[in-house]
Amino acid sequence: MPKKEGDLTWKDIEIGGMATEPGSTRQYRTGDWRSQKPTYDFDKCIKCGICYIFCPDACISQDASGYFEADMYHCKGCGICAVECPTDVITMVDEEE
Amino acid sequence: MTTKVGMEVSVAIGEVVKLASADVVSAYPITPQTHIVEHLAELVANGELDAEFIPVESEHSAMSACLGSAAVGARTFTATAGQGLELMHEVLYVASSMRLPIVMTVANRALSAPLSVWGDHSDAMAVRDTGWIQIFTENGQEVIDTVMCAFRIAEDHRVLLPVMVHLDGFHLSHMIEPMLLPEQGEVDQFLPPNQYPLPLDPNKPVTMGDFGPPNVYTEAKWAQEVNLRAAKKVILQHWSEFGDAFGRRYSPVECYRCEDARVLLLTMGSFSETAMAAIDKMRSEGEDVGLVRLRLWRPFPFDEIREAVKDAEVLIVLDRALSFGGPGGPVCSEIKSALYQVDRRPKIVSFVGGLGGRDITVDGFEEIVNRGIEISQKGSAQEFEIFGVRE
Repeated sequence: MPKKEGDLTWKDIEIGGMATEPGSTRQYRTGDWRSQKPTYDFDKCIKCGICYIFCPDACISQDASGYFEADMYHCKGCGICAVECPTDVITMVDEEE
Repeated sequence: MTTKVGMEVSVAIGEVVKLASADVVSAYPITPQTHIVEHLAELVANGELDAEFIPVESEHSAMSACLGSAAVGARTFTATAGQGLELMHEVLYVASSMRLPIVMTVANRALSAPLSVWGDHSDAMAVRDTGWIQIFTENGQEVIDTVMCAFRIAEDHRVLLPVMVHLDGFHLSHMIEPMLLPEQGEVDQFLPPNQYPLPLDPNKPVTMGDFGPPNVYTEAKWAQEVNLRAAKKVILQHWSEFGDAFGRRYSPVECYRCEDARVLLLTMGSFSETAMAAIDKMRSEGEDVGLVRLRLWRPFPFDEIREAVKDAEVLIVLDRALSFGGPGGPVCSEIKSALYQVDRRPKIVSFVGGLGGRDITVDGFEEIVNRGIEISQKGSAQEFEIFGVRE
């Protein structure tokens, strides 16, 4: 695993800033762009996976018990999942300071 | 054996790119660069140069095609001028930031409006900060020698940067000059094959030009800056080795009759040749004047400039571009900032002239020097003088 980009010194930068390993965008913490986060009331969830299909960041995955939840390292808080959820499982709330 | 030829400089550039065995040429025709790519298109069409000639619909696309070509490790050449260079502008940064060795000749041209196809350095100055290595040339021989060296410099693994070779539109691009054209064997010996260290390759995939968030962008830019500055040493090495192989020597800053000169004139590009004639005339009349010619524009040769002007009392800088509403000519502005921290420095006088293809004659340079001396003594209310404007 290469260094996280926040730990790279200028001497660590590859020629022209190239990424030489696949999957390097996984490291980008896009989650800190978020001003709102999704919260879940799983009692209402019918496990349909519509949120998973609509998430533009592909950051939602299904857990062992079948519920769908966003990964907060990458979720940008766009709220599309909350709008699309047919049973109103998801509510967007402001991030605290 | 080297062949002595009488050839249009643009055509000679095409010949040297052929001798350098370029793999890809992608360009859009624009005056006064046209003959360069016209000749290359001809060489490819005739089967004399085994390269891909990629015709494109704009200079933006030309440079974009060059990015892809350099990224797979192909030896890549393009050429443009004036408005074309401006249309390339945003892609120029990508070439240098991604460290892609592309060689480009720019037949320097004025910028619109009014529409002018004639030469000056406005186009070059507008791309000053794009991170390319930039070299100005003053005659046909220098142009073809510099283009040949440019491939070697750009592709050197310590450099890996694009190189822009500036030649004055018409004053150089369209001149028929005597030149020594090297033989294929000599070029092959001087120019090793291009071996880009991390090319686009399905067997070892890399991502180029990817996302740089705030936590890494500064590091990426600093790495680029350190690399460009360090390139100077490598440029000097290749020029020196070129000199050993071909007998013609080049330096970042060249002095002409500067010994004991109280007054120095500084020029860039083909006007230096006329300026030298003016210096000869003034020297023969007993004036202690000399000429400094700036060849390497980026990375800027701070030490060499300081050394070249250290004993002069007056330094007169001629710019062929205008920094509107700014300090005067962009070259003079940089010279001033390079000398500001130096304890002993000449008085500096800024002239702008030769805009949009207007000639400056030997008498003109003499007038510039004399007027410059006068300003250095009496001062001037203006930041700079514009030469030859009709009142």
